Amino acid sequence: MSDLTSMTLTEARDAIRARKISSRELTAAFVGAIEKARPLNAFITEAGEKALAMADASDKRIASGTVGALEGLPLAIKDLFCTKGTRTTAGSKILGNFVPPYESTVTQNLWDAGAVMLGKTNLDEFAMGSSNETSAFGPVFNPWRATNSNANLVPGGSSGGSSAAVAADLCLAATGTDTGGSIRQPAAVTGRVGLKPTYGRCSRFGIVAFASSLDQAGPMTKTVRDAAIMLGTMASVDPKDSTSVDLPVPDYEKLLDGGVKGLRVGIPKEYRIDGAPAEIDALWSKGAQWLKAQGAEIVEVSLPHTKYALPTYYIVAPAEASSNLARYDGVKFGYRAPDARDITELYEKSRGEGFGAEVQRRILIGTYVLSAGYYDAYYARAQKLRSLIKRDFEEAFEICDVLLTPATPGPAFGVGAKTSDPVEMYLQDVFTVTVNLAGLPGISVPAGLTQNGLPLGLQLIGKAFDEGTLLRAAQAVETAADFKHGPAKWWSV
Amino acid sequence: MSVDKDTVRRIAKLARLAVPEGRLEPMAAELNGIFQWVEMLGEVQVDGVPAMTSVVAQKLKWRKDEVTDGGQADALMLNAPEGEDHFFVVPKVVE
Repeated sequence: MSDLTSMTLTEARDAIRARKISSRELTAAFVGAIEKARPLNAFITEAGEKALAMADASDKRIASGTVGALEGLPLAIKDLFCTKGTRTTAGSKILGNFVPPYESTVTQNLWDAGAVMLGKTNLDEFAMGSSNETSAFGPVFNPWRATNSNANLVPGGSSGGSSAAVAADLCLAATGTDTGGSIRQPAAVTGRVGLKPTYGRCSRFGIVAFASSLDQAGPMTKTVRDAAIMLGTMASVDPKDSTSVDLPVPDYEKLLDGGVKGLRVGIPKEYRIDGAPAEIDALWSKGAQWLKAQGAEIVEVSLPHTKYALPTYYIVAPAEASSNLARYDGVKFGYRAPDARDITELYEKSRGEGFGAEVQRRILIGTYVLSAGYYDAYYARAQKLRSLIKRDFEEAFEICDVLLTPATPGPAFGVGAKTSDPVEMYLQDVFTVTVNLAGLPGISVPAGLTQNGLPLGLQLIGKAFDEGTLLRAAQAVETAADFKHGPAKWWSV
Repeated sequence: MSVDKDTVRRIAKLARLAVPEGRLEPMAAELNGIFQWVEMLGEVQVDGVPAMTSVVAQKLKWRKDEVTDGGQADALMLNAPEGEDHFFVVPKVVE
């Protein structure tokens, strides 16, 4: 095979099982591709040696007849998942030298299934951002560029290193985490598939916490089938996470069969927003037609509290973040400011020097909305709004099975284009954040290109723990879109 | 409701976050921009609406009150910025 790195996860799995390629060959190809792609800055930590050792171990298992679900398949891991013995930074200076003595449950599941770790991908600091520009390790560049342009674009965020790595063929698939859109938005603007499972489907144990009631891990892949395969291994019932839900993990790949005949697809009218580019609307209508042509029934639904979702999120998420990030104090692990005169100064300086600007902003918002006198006006009200947003979805799902929406309000934008106004950056998540607030599964699927040649995605939203139907609908969109485009490999000499 | 420089100083103190004097004013402006946008939540009637406590319908799990892990003192100290034996070292807290 000429270019191993352009295979899908499914193709690579089948080739390994048929013993057409070894994990070593495959892994070495990716290690080489990652080295050449350093200008993208997709990885914070490359783990080439470890990867090759894992590949050799995998080849030995294959030779002895033991083949796991992801046997020998090289993956990239967002640097928010703790990996035993491999530095885990969360994209922050405050965890710049942190080497976890334990493994996250999701990554442990992957290694138990035979997968190989290529390295740890860049991300917005503590996953707070939509462009990967808040990382203490520098921005990631989107492998995609507009037609006839050399301008660098962002890969989305916060899982921007993972989205860039999957788009640039630097791994077969990657893990991401999604608190307000951090899997689906970067996947959409890099022409890849991104799945945020139902809250509670994947264990949060060992994932650096941002907003615990919203955070959820999921796969970022080249195809919907690849996402189904990855989720089957990432998902588990975990006694180490009290919010991990006690439901057996189905065979998601099997659930892909069957088509969408008779499926009721809801189109939420409130997702038609003023000022959205005409291309987004046109693609959305096309998506509905694609599903209809395959036998689905299109129904208009209403989610009346949609416009309140982002402001609600920007109370709930910072409130939880301010509590979660209280643990970084320069005492037990992480960055410690030198020369503090007393313990209070040690805390204040370590945090002031260790956290970047966006993280500090969110800690202050969170502290404010939880402080005496403001709690009821902000936090308690936001939690009520969250109930209303969830109720909207419950009512919509009485008349439909999945929802179809745009994934993002536009294509990838230029590096530095939205960094001056926080609210403008927050609006990137306008179509994705509702799903986190309601705890539902959502997937973005590449669906077309803008006039400038940049990828756009469509989002499907499912009922809680109904990833099977969601993936089936996503595959129908994927089939109809027939999105075969990829970025020109300008970074590789 | 508007956030001023003194409010930023006060919440930074609560958050144990050293914000340099020169950053207080710009930070107040940034937070005001965000809070003005969030104000729209005030227009929603929320009387009688229950505040969300859990996004999935599952009771928190119970487990037996027994030791399942431990004896990890060495591992705990691995990432300590400063430690001695199995103790974390901090600036003097008691005179």
